Amino acid sequence: MKGAEIVIDALKREKVKTVFGYPGGVMIPIFDVLYSTPEIRFLLTRHEQGAVHAADGYARSTGKVGVCMVTSGPGATNTITGIATAKMDSVPLVILSGQVHTNSIGTDAFQETDMVGLTRSICKHNYLVKDVNDLAKIIKEAFYIARSGRPGPVSIDLPVNILNSKVKNYTYPATINLPGYKPVIRGNPMQIEKLARAIDRAKKPLLYTGGGIISSGATQTLLGLLDKTQIPIVVTLMGLGSIPYDHPCFLGMPGMHGTIAANKALTECDLLIAVGVRFDDRVTGPLHTFAQQATIAHIDIDASEIGKNVKTCLPIVGDAGQVLTELIKWVKPRLKDAWNERVEYWKEKYPTQYQQKKQGPVTPQYVIDALNDVIDPDAIVVTDVGQHQMWTALYHHYRKPRHFLSSGGLGTMGFGLPAAMGAALGNPDKKVICITGDGGLQMNIQELATCAINRFPVKIIVINNAYLGMVRQWQDLFWNKKYSQVCLKRGPDCPAECRGMDEKCPRDYIPDFVKVAEANSVKGLKATRPEEVVPILKKGLHHPGPVLMEFMVSREENVYPMVSAGKPLTDILTGEE
Amino acid sequence: MVEKHTIIITVMNNPGVLARISGLLFQRGYNIESAIAAPTEDPEIYKVIIVVQESDEHIEQIVKQLNKLIGTIRVVDISHKDNYIVREYIILKLGVQQKYRTDLLELARHFNAHAIDIETDHIIIELSGNPRKIDRFIELVRPFGIKEYVRSGEFAMSEYQKSKKGEKNGN
Repeated sequence: MKGAEIVIDALKREKVKTVFGYPGGVMIPIFDVLYSTPEIRFLLTRHEQGAVHAADGYARSTGKVGVCMVTSGPGATNTITGIATAKMDSVPLVILSGQVHTNSIGTDAFQETDMVGLTRSICKHNYLVKDVNDLAKIIKEAFYIARSGRPGPVSIDLPVNILNSKVKNYTYPATINLPGYKPVIRGNPMQIEKLARAIDRAKKPLLYTGGGIISSGATQTLLGLLDKTQIPIVVTLMGLGSIPYDHPCFLGMPGMHGTIAANKALTECDLLIAVGVRFDDRVTGPLHTFAQQATIAHIDIDASEIGKNVKTCLPIVGDAGQVLTELIKWVKPRLKDAWNERVEYWKEKYPTQYQQKKQGPVTPQYVIDALNDVIDPDAIVVTDVGQHQMWTALYHHYRKPRHFLSSGGLGTMGFGLPAAMGAALGNPDKKVICITGDGGLQMNIQELATCAINRFPVKIIVINNAYLGMVRQWQDLFWNKKYSQVCLKRGPDCPAECRGMDEKCPRDYIPDFVKVAEANSVKGLKATRPEEVVPILKKGLHHPGPVLMEFMVSREENVYPMVSAGKPLTDILTGEE
Repeated sequence: MVEKHTIIITVMNNPGVLARISGLLFQRGYNIESAIAAPTEDPEIYKVIIVVQESDEHIEQIVKQLNKLIGTIRVVDISHKDNYIVREYIILKLGVQQKYRTDLLELARHFNAHAIDIETDHIIIELSGNPRKIDRFIELVRPFGIKEYVRSGEFAMSEYQKSKKGEKNGN
């Protein structure tokens, strides 16, 4: 059996149904085998970055390992941003990249690049296959490593001669032998009992949960814990959807653009139970000001996350679902008390809100809010990165895990459209909606063609303010309104000191997204006035194929609430005069 | 408090293991003072011994991050443990004047160091021992005129029975 055939056989044995990628010289041996492998659907994207984000969206929405296949050199380097994105957000991927002949490695051969060196710091593990006899074992290990423990991307570099070499007695290994890799699933029972007692004693307990709940499939367990204890909960961007937006204990997302109730609760709580989170700086603000009143308990499957940023009194290494299941057994039932009343008061007093005037421009928040009334409750919502992402996090009604996908840790603009495409492929029975900005969409806009040609009915909502809005917001608030290189309408004849002309700017937006959509056989729709928003959303969502809905919104809307970078969570800007 | 830590990392003998370790430490902002990677009695196992200058909290992170590498079997910070034998090796080239040669060789004998090459303009001496002994020797021979020296970096071994392969916590 040839190396290339082993790769495809291994993928079948790992139950891979879909591969995202782009061919190239050294990978032809594998594509030759794929040609006669109907069991594996290969999605040919228009750029390798699109392929890796699509594999990522597929993985986040289905919970399966996303597989990406690219050629050497530029094919491999084009996946780098996507691999780093998946690493930061703990998404299981296997990236198969081509490599030059083993004899040519190190000679700067045509389309040679040191993929193992390039990916070392941005993947969970990586391999360069140097002997075809190791190939099956390596693929088996790669899938196991990607999906177990704290999930993450694993890269396998495949030299062309390995793909062409033959193995006499090929068998796919049944077992894995990795003495250096033993993820701890069961939390230490004594520590869990200690945590239960700490909860019983706490006056102001608070749960702070994240993507770990989703990776672990622990939603039901978490809901069970909330039922039993009524502990108020804040959920990070990566965890959104792990509990429904209208759950009575839910205070919203914490951090820089978190709700006031969530940030106040973090500041006042006396016991912080962190589960599957990593105390990201966008959540905590300056560490010496974070949760100063609280004893911190931290449950995580990755021991290196515990104590990394904050001092932890109660560390528990283990799987979120497993530990919470044990914790529910140990913890005493807790009724709503004065602390619950206090956080509910904040929730009521400081709702996240916006104003949409009947006349005047469409506000971006209104588009996202209006979507809640017309969207299928089982739809998957994928965002890009920027202001629209934060507005979606604040206003979208997320109901289920794996139904809100967003690039959190790396904050990768260009993630939205290809990830939505991957989610659509992985979930043919569900509606997939991509909420994106005019900046982010253009970073991978080539995938419109992929959507159309494959009939992925992705509904793209473009929040167009003709700005790189989040950077403009910072320039507005902290850089004396010097809008340097953030206006996407700006040309050589614009006044040097244009500080935003709002709706009065005479220049046209380029490109015309509706025309770009139509040129790609994607239906294009556009709304510019508030009364058009709901009809356009309805029309777009009902259209059977892919649709791009462009919403021209008020240009200088800011995301609030906001905690300025470097300020404690108590220092909240609300945008009100 | 920032102080010197010697960390023994037991790893699977996989390609690029030293690059993984040094890359990880660099990426996380830690500096390596010395590093040795060498085979062990088990052909599948390598030992990497690094010395870093860091605070205790940073060391805890370093140990956890090193443990997380897929090929790592065991990571031990031996700095506060007394049941380890720690050794280092040094070769020095001393441009010592003729009239002081006897003094130098006498000093070397005292340290159990050996002259391995004697030329008209220099003497090459080798010495092994615990790192403090090496430091002390360097200080004492400095007046003789050090032309060059090379230290191996620290290596170490537990005095007790070794633990079995495959024991590891965390990922």
